[in-house]
Amino acid sequence: MKIRARWLIPLAALPVVGLLAYGFRTDPRAVPSPLVGRPAPAFTLTSFEGAPVSLAGQQGKVVVLNFWASWCYPACYEEAPVLEAGWRRLREQGVVVLGVAIQDKEPASREFIRRFGLTFPNAPDPAGRTSIDYGVYGVPETFVIDRRGMIRRKHVGAVTAAVFRDWVEPLLGESPG
Amino acid sequence: MNRAIAERAARAVAGLLALASVLGSGGEAAGATVREEEVQAIASQLRCVVCQNLSVADSPSEMAGQMRDLIRERLVAGDRPAEVMAYFVERYGDWVLLSPPARGLNLVLWLAPFAAVVGGLALVLTRTRGWRRRPGAPERETLPAVGPGDRERLAAELERLGD
Repeated sequence: MKIRARWLIPLAALPVVGLLAYGFRTDPRAVPSPLVGRPAPAFTLTSFEGAPVSLAGQQGKVVVLNFWASWCYPACYEEAPVLEAGWRRLREQGVVVLGVAIQDKEPASREFIRRFGLTFPNAPDPAGRTSIDYGVYGVPETFVIDRRGMIRRKHVGAVTAAVFRDWVEPLLGESPG
Repeated sequence: MNRAIAERAARAVAGLLALASVLGSGGEAAGATVREEEVQAIASQLRCVVCQNLSVADSPSEMAGQMRDLIRERLVAGDRPAEVMAYFVERYGDWVLLSPPARGLNLVLWLAPFAAVVGGLALVLTRTRGWRRRPGAPERETLPAVGPGDRERLAAELERLGD
């Protein structure tokens, strides 16, 4: 009995330590998206300029779909120039960057676009339908959609040049068929 | 206060719009009979995605409001509650359910408390079995009496403690 009791405590601690070891290695903010590897949900929004913005209109292109808000500081402020630079550099090669302003006031969104001189299409999501369809739970979140319209990557947090390099550019080599 | 009124008004408008859309589409079966309780029942099972530990029913956030609108809209369109839940699970994963389904690794979550209770009971029973007096063990009265030497020593020790 004595000997068993001596082993009982470390034995009981083992699964707890194991669980903690696993838990501390994972990113608590990374919620796996069931949408990765699935067809991107269709959407049709109206841009701040009044033009239609739809996924169907981007067939055969690699789409970088970015959900943002003007109040999302600093992450959205950090990524805005990166998104604009990526769009300018890669648009000729078949990349389209689309911005969706969610949970935001329209004048504030417009001011954000003006401030960063964003030239890629940006649209508000007034009823939140598109963001819920994409399982968005915060800003910024970015989806990389391949030429076939499949979601290949969900990026949570500010988009960096590395996201374009590692997740967008490699998709340009794929065939749209 | 104003906000509450505005929210109520917004809900009323959303309800009317939903009603109008149903009537406009030829009045589908499920239609106009969606009660707020049904919306709340589903919303209370979904995790508000922008909150910490709040359900979609309890959160005052804009996103939760939009999710409630969506629930209402889908119910009006004739979706069953299970289908509405599935719509959210498809997009957010099981994570969005406040009560995770009892399968796979989640079973640990559901079974661990019961296992802990049963295990604890078993442990207590096995460890306390030895506490009962065994039939052949000496009675309390037959223990050696405390002698005068012991008493003196006890008094001395107590005195020392008292200092």
